Amino acid sequence: MKRSGMDQLALSRRALDQLMPMHLWFAASGEVLHTGPTLTKIAGGADLRGRPVLDVVDLLRPKVAAGVPALLLLQGARLRLCLKSKPDLPLRGMIVALPAGVGGLINLSLGLSFARAVTECDLTLRDFTPCDQTVDLLYLREANAAIAQESRNLTDRLQSARAAAEQQALTDTLTGLANRRAMDAALQAMVDEPLPRFGLMHLDLDFFKEVNDTLGHAAGDHVLARASEILRAEIRAGDIVARVGGDEFVLLFRDCDDPDLLEAIAARLISRLEEPIRVDGQLCRISASAGSVLASHYERPDRDKMLSDADLALYASKNRGRAQHTLFSDALLAPPRHN
Amino acid sequence: MHGFVNRALQGFLCDTYGLDAWDEVRSQAGLPFDGFESMLHYEDCLTDQVIFSAEHVLHRDRASLLEDVGTYLISHPNQTALRRLMRFGGDSFFDFLQSLDDLSGRARLAVPDLDMPDLDIHHDRSNRFVLDIRWRLPGMGPVFVGALRAMADDYGALAFFEAERQENGCERVMIELLDTAFASGRSFSLGGQTG
Repeated sequence: MKRSGMDQLALSRRALDQLMPMHLWFAASGEVLHTGPTLTKIAGGADLRGRPVLDVVDLLRPKVAAGVPALLLLQGARLRLCLKSKPDLPLRGMIVALPAGVGGLINLSLGLSFARAVTECDLTLRDFTPCDQTVDLLYLREANAAIAQESRNLTDRLQSARAAAEQQALTDTLTGLANRRAMDAALQAMVDEPLPRFGLMHLDLDFFKEVNDTLGHAAGDHVLARASEILRAEIRAGDIVARVGGDEFVLLFRDCDDPDLLEAIAARLISRLEEPIRVDGQLCRISASAGSVLASHYERPDRDKMLSDADLALYASKNRGRAQHTLFSDALLAPPRHN
Repeated sequence: MHGFVNRALQGFLCDTYGLDAWDEVRSQAGLPFDGFESMLHYEDCLTDQVIFSAEHVLHRDRASLLEDVGTYLISHPNQTALRRLMRFGGDSFFDFLQSLDDLSGRARLAVPDLDMPDLDIHHDRSNRFVLDIRWRLPGMGPVFVGALRAMADDYGALAFFEAERQENGCERVMIELLDTAFASGRSFSLGGQTG
């Protein structure tokens, strides 16, 4: 056998269909002679034979002059093209010129739009050769989607576990003080003692809203943290300070039965809170209003009653011009006098 | 053991026998948590304890229980993803059986840290296949019998399956393929959406 004979290979149409089910074979005239079975299916089953190849296929990249000779010059290049009947389905391809000027062969693949193509054209496993990894890509895409779903489920479960833990938390995350939940529990325990002797103070920062409004929430958070440090530093071990709202605090003083002592503590707290706080080079000035009650004031102290009475005392302080402390007395319960 | 395996076992027990049964199995197995997570790894002994407890709680023998696990994995509505992934193995049950050699590789393509049994399939006579399974835990033979039987149904093929325990720790499933087009089977569209 001559060596030149080894360069040529005769393949039947059937063998071509099996090896390259997405090929298109055209004559030197440009007339389509045959299309592989999968390409025919993508074309919607249309018989493309006899039509000019450039009426069937739209070459998107590289752009070349019209005509079969220019097309054949692209031999070996990476082509981006589509069927004119399926302009929204980009395909990938390569062209070879057939020997002795009898035309050319274009082989195509689905490229990155494979998933859409498979769905839209209802392709099956049989439409791909075992050498084509499109099926593996489809498999991987589907497996990844399932695994991503598992990951999302895990994240959701972790998030709800976290939310549940936060619900049960006893600490205010911003200031590290006890939160309302912790304060409620501690107050209830104190009220339930056989001989309750403690003081409850409701304290509200003054001019805090102005800090937030003029310097922003980050500065506001800084001031809150600093105010919390001061409150924590001023109470005795065993006493409790809780942040129960934006700039509201409740303090519980154990073994306290002395109105003068509460008055003195409040005065010291207010004066310390009035020390300027430096935030980003700016000096912030706040103050505080407070209202207190003593458990010994009541025959049988009640948690909610004590909180609401301390609240009344706090508002009395606010009404009298802020930055001061009021000890609850029954006089505060009297309806306001009308002049 | 990979969480996927444990989670599948948990899914089987919950979906087949209910949450109360799962709680009983979990407590007898001494699991220190409410349920397995697919994305985590667990000690092999936990898997073994769950299977052992399930046998007792449900009064089932191990082989038939594990066979049901296999069937569940392919045919239960909550496991459609797995059934679809298996159908990528071939266009017919015959092709699918031949592709079992690739199953572990395919699974690891999707989940690189998944520990899968070593599978070896021979086509020893015109209609007979022999599947050899090697794994750390015993019981994979029955699981594969259940799963392959469900896959045969899925493809509409008629086949006969039998698990055999080999001497060397290997488990063997004999598959007699009687008719590849016995019934219409379930539809499978490669692109998804339906089937």
